[in-house]
Amino acid sequence: MAGETILSVNDLRVRFRTLDGAVEAVKGINLHIDAGETVAVVGESGSGKSQTMMAAMSLLASNGEATGVVDYRGKNLLTLGKSELNKVRGVKISMIFQEPMTSLDPLYTIGNQLMEPIRRHRGLDAKAARVEALRLLELVKIPDPERRLKSYPHEMSGGQRQRVMIAMALANDPDILIADEPTTALDVTIQAQILMLLAELQRKLGMAIVFITHDLGIVRRFADRVYVMRSGEVVEEGKADELFANPQHDYTKMLLAAEPTGRKAAPPDNAPILLEGRNVEVEFKIGGGFLAGPPMLLKAVDHISVMLKRNQTIGIVGESGSGKSTLGRALLRLLPSEGSIRFGGQDLSKADKSTMRPLRRELQLVFQDPFGSLSPRMTVGQIITEGLLVHEPSLSGKQRDARAVEALLEVGLDPAARNRYPHEFSGGQRQRIAIARAMILKPKVVVLDEPTSALDRSVQKQIVELLRKLQADHDLSYLFISHDLAVVRAMSDYIIVMKQGKIVEEGPTEEIFGDPREAYTKTLMAAAIDETKFRQSA
Amino acid sequence: MFVYVIRRLLTAIPTLFVIVTMAFFLIRIAPGGPFNQERGLSPEIKANLEAQFGLGDPLWLQYVNYLKNLLHGNFGPSYNLPDFTVTELFAKGLPISIQLGFSALALALFVGGILGIVAALNQNKLGDYSVIALATAGSTIPTFVIAPVIQLLFGLTWKLLPIGGWGDGALINKIGPILTLSLPQIAIVARLMRGSMIESLRSNHIRTARALGLSDWSVVVKHALRGAVLPIVSYAGPAAAALLTGSIIVETIFAIPGVGRYFVDAALNRDYTLVMGTVVVIALFTIAFNLIVDILYAFFDPRVRYD
Repeated sequence: MAGETILSVNDLRVRFRTLDGAVEAVKGINLHIDAGETVAVVGESGSGKSQTMMAAMSLLASNGEATGVVDYRGKNLLTLGKSELNKVRGVKISMIFQEPMTSLDPLYTIGNQLMEPIRRHRGLDAKAARVEALRLLELVKIPDPERRLKSYPHEMSGGQRQRVMIAMALANDPDILIADEPTTALDVTIQAQILMLLAELQRKLGMAIVFITHDLGIVRRFADRVYVMRSGEVVEEGKADELFANPQHDYTKMLLAAEPTGRKAAPPDNAPILLEGRNVEVEFKIGGGFLAGPPMLLKAVDHISVMLKRNQTIGIVGESGSGKSTLGRALLRLLPSEGSIRFGGQDLSKADKSTMRPLRRELQLVFQDPFGSLSPRMTVGQIITEGLLVHEPSLSGKQRDARAVEALLEVGLDPAARNRYPHEFSGGQRQRIAIARAMILKPKVVVLDEPTSALDRSVQKQIVELLRKLQADHDLSYLFISHDLAVVRAMSDYIIVMKQGKIVEEGPTEEIFGDPREAYTKTLMAAAIDETKFRQSA
Repeated sequence: MFVYVIRRLLTAIPTLFVIVTMAFFLIRIAPGGPFNQERGLSPEIKANLEAQFGLGDPLWLQYVNYLKNLLHGNFGPSYNLPDFTVTELFAKGLPISIQLGFSALALALFVGGILGIVAALNQNKLGDYSVIALATAGSTIPTFVIAPVIQLLFGLTWKLLPIGGWGDGALINKIGPILTLSLPQIAIVARLMRGSMIESLRSNHIRTARALGLSDWSVVVKHALRGAVLPIVSYAGPAAAALLTGSIIVETIFAIPGVGRYFVDAALNRDYTLVMGTVVVIALFTIAFNLIVDILYAFFDPRVRYD
């Protein structure tokens, strides 16, 4: 039966009614899925790739409507009645989502949630469903499945929750599994595990998989065929190998070129040391309080020493919870810490708020979330010049405005932007605003805390290039915190690998990437940049 | 969990102590005293009375004595209803207020809950707009308007219910007061329920349930409702404390011998002991219901663990 088309989407349009009128998210696309194949739908945020599949599953938000035909083995899913539809959803076509942390019901045990679709669609009794649930948990390789049946979602990690989601999706032996950015929210090593699992399950069970993703790495390693979407339209489709080797459409070419490249040269050996932390230690207290006993102590940063030279970029990599952001903040004295921290020869470890204030302008921070870190009630001009009010109070309003213009030009934004509000800008533009806010003070050290993680690949590349240019122009030193190894490699000349608050390995970038010594670094590298295919194409 | 409850009960003691202390001194700062009446008592009689109740003692001594009595469960005699102790007044009135308040709350949670769910499932449709309109009306029309209207319609025009009175607790006498008490609560619960249900229906795990082809009943009741109930639980706690300790308006209009009247009457008459008794009862109810809410939370939401 392989090769037979089981799902075909014809002239699908998705419209959302909004306060600003109707918005067309999907503009009449055609695609088809054959039995047993792996199809990737690729595009950046807003391309309509998720809404296409949501529409096919009748999962659109209540203000959305879909027209066209979504044909599954002769039935149009868009016009099917609810009870008929529910004989296809979760049975023949199932779906897993981007957010493993919130996609399971927090109030019921894993066992309860896993047994529910089994009992509903197969009419098994509780006992038989439980046996089936256990088998599924084993299938997705959850350790100790007996015990896990009684666990609640919050007692499991993101990777495990995604495994449970996969188990639920496979409960009724579907023809098609739709995976909507299934690994985006996970750490790299977990990403690789989940992808391997999906590949293995596909070999075993033979279902077709539809990957909705922005990650070309996944597409390259996984997909047989690819649809490239932009602004609600399919701009290019074809076999994965051919598409990567010989992209036709400009947008596809741009996407392929968007993976960050280039290397950063190390500063000369005699470059002065700007920021130095020795045996830095940060502890968090958890719990405790009146009548509750002493708090638990968590060492987020455990005896770490860092030396940042002028014009150097140190990449700090590690998975979530490894303490990399905490280290960055401690080095800027934004968190209380033990150990010594020196900046340009001055001891910061004993410095109080008033000693720190004049130094703050030289030690700047740029955050990950370009949406949350800009005040929505201030104009861009007010946001970026706020620091000047503190550090250069003698400036007149006109002079501040001139500095704002200069800073905006420097980060590649139109100076007219200073009279507008943050919500009028895209994610990449907001990150430029955040960078301008730091640059206007003419800092020496900038801690960049995942500055590109919330952005699309093509925008990421632009931000990486901007940061490099600023560094060259102003002799800046960066601490670049990221879990994204491709970006770290392009940005840094020295790398620190962290795990559970400790340094696992450190060294010049090419050494770490070329010849990682520690097992943990190796796993990290293999997960992120291994180009081998997960599955053998037939 | 057990340790947590014990700890919460222990922390209630200092809370209660602070409340009692503040109330004790505040009511005494207010000008006048229990025996300053319009007609005026002769100075001798007044002095006698004050001596009898220890009101001539220095303030700190009165305070210490009051605390001592309180520790023995003795709220003292009422100054304005001299045949009764405060304890007796509450023993008689509190069960009545609790009955009415509890029934009104139960009715409000049931009816308001259902209205809220109906509204959420029909968001921005006719059903939703009708519930919102009802809820807005219910929370803006004050009880002192609702109560006489109920008396007028059900009592005088249709003669279905007695106009007032407790009637030794006959069911028919309770209907009017319960309706009056519950209407504004129904409105509040319906709005809360609507909001939290809409939010719950939008959450990712509801999308998962739908994608798994589960029935509407399971999606709405099993998965959406349980999470949506939590805000209602947190509202119901303090609301219960307020409702169960009686309402002066309802009790006055329907001539119900509950305890709701005492708070205002006692404060106006400077009936110190009765004011203090009311404060302690309301404080105890508030503390108890907040604790019950927290325990219920742990029951509804497995992520909440106290240890």
